[in-house]
Amino acid sequence: MEKTVNQKAWFLVLPVFLIVAFSAVLPLMTVVNYSVQDTFGNNQFFWNGVGWFKELLDPHTDLGERFLASIGRNLLFSAIILAIEVPLGIVVALSMPRHGWQVAACLVILALPLLIPFNVVGTIWQIFGRPDIGLLGYVLNRIGFNYNYVSNDLDAWFTVIVMDVWHWTSLVALLCYAGLKSIPDAYYQAAQIDGASRWAVFKAIQLPKMNRVLLIAVLLRFMDSFMIYTEPFVVTGGGPGNSTTFVSIELVKIALGQFDLGKAAALSLVYNIIILIVCWVFYTVMTNAGAERPTQKEGVA
Amino acid sequence: MNTIPGRRIIMTVFLIFLLLPIYWLVNMSFKTNNEIVTSMHLWPYQPTIENYKRIFTDESWYSGYLNSLKYVIINTIISISVALPAAYAFSRYRFLGDKHLFFWLLSNRMAPAAVFALPFFNLYSAINLFDTPWAVALAHCIFNVPLAVWILEGFVSSVPREIDETAFLDGYSFPRFFVKILIPLIASGIGVAAFFCFMFSWVELLLARTLTSVAAKPISATMTRTVSAAGVDWGLLAAAGVLTIIPGALVIWFVRNYIARGFALGRV
Repeated sequence: MEKTVNQKAWFLVLPVFLIVAFSAVLPLMTVVNYSVQDTFGNNQFFWNGVGWFKELLDPHTDLGERFLASIGRNLLFSAIILAIEVPLGIVVALSMPRHGWQVAACLVILALPLLIPFNVVGTIWQIFGRPDIGLLGYVLNRIGFNYNYVSNDLDAWFTVIVMDVWHWTSLVALLCYAGLKSIPDAYYQAAQIDGASRWAVFKAIQLPKMNRVLLIAVLLRFMDSFMIYTEPFVVTGGGPGNSTTFVSIELVKIALGQFDLGKAAALSLVYNIIILIVCWVFYTVMTNAGAERPTQKEGVA
Repeated sequence: MNTIPGRRIIMTVFLIFLLLPIYWLVNMSFKTNNEIVTSMHLWPYQPTIENYKRIFTDESWYSGYLNSLKYVIINTIISISVALPAAYAFSRYRFLGDKHLFFWLLSNRMAPAAVFALPFFNLYSAINLFDTPWAVALAHCIFNVPLAVWILEGFVSSVPREIDETAFLDGYSFPRFFVKILIPLIASGIGVAAFFCFMFSWVELLLARTLTSVAAKPISATMTRTVSAAGVDWGLLAAAGVLTIIPGALVIWFVRNYIARGFALGRV
């Protein structure tokens, strides 16, 4: 698995580098540019230094309060959905049928929610949860819950979380399933001879084998839930009040709704830096996990 | 031994949980608005295909689907063709800044679309691509190209290096080796990567809506038209939703055997 040093490989990477730089670096320069200026319309800009950043990180100002509150809500949301989706995904992966056409059928149905456009996911749950025309809302109200996601904060949160579990648990399940599939049968036979319990098999064989894919799953789920926009926007519009306004929704409100470019740009940069830091932590952990067990990796590839 | 007790029940319950909201949408798409609002039926009592008829006969509706498909296909082709050589390079060679470059790519996959909405709007307006499928296709590259590189790198790495060396000894030039030997070997990986590019470009809405206004309006933006002063046209909205699910379902069917490995990004 030793890689040879070859600087000419840059030529192979160049197209990717150019195309991503075009759509990542250029816009980012604009954002940096806006973030240190103020405008009174008419394309007249004034230098504002770090003013926007100060305001953004100060909870006593209006902007700071909104920003920090939306970050708090977003972190809570990410924590809840990770706590539900990861264990549930593992359980579903372990419950996959072993042979025959059922495997293909289950895989296709599992993957189905992942391929529905985000706004249609929102629409589906918007309809499904309505007390008047949606099955979920209707049944909940019939059995005595006063459920209405438009007016009640908790109900709105419940809907958004169930929607995310519905939408993305399959991703975790499919990743874990891929990890489980790579375990050779010999491992299970050995465990059987040793008389290992079901729990011991899970802890000693299945969980370590799923480590890498679980890491990818947690990374993807955390990132995507941290920048979630469309689904809650369609269902609740960030309401009732501000109770489901996550960071992206807040950002779009400021940028495209109020056209407050300076504030929006400052928010974007801070938001991006948070994402970058989390991403770097995960990347380091992931490459280290790969480096520790190089022989095993080769065996299953 | 490698499954858990009660797995059939768990699986069945979970699949029902997944299918029920979709069923409700399909169910509604075959109802008239009157039936939707006035009654609560588990299946349409007066089934109608009026909603679908309207979508297929009204150009402003079906052009939305065509526009969406256009940028999705352009994006998939661009992403795969630039990602293939890069994936090979990352998998086989070490070069100056390779790890940093890989991390930078990965971080772009994670960058929130909301951050880029406004700058993209400025950028593509400036180069006169605003309201064309190209603008959306290029904008979606920011998350699809890194993803394609990531997936393909995993698949290329599972091809033994000896194959490269033998081919070069046999006198294959690099481009010829690439097209004749490597691409057929990782064909399933390319399929999976294409599937993912298709998927993420198809489901994305924020950038697609920001970068188009009239001529290249995607279906997801057209759907907002069902809300009018007279209320929401639920049946039409549901039918449009059902039609957006179909391309995805078709694509899944083709890659069903590779799906699990693909979701692990070729890295299991």
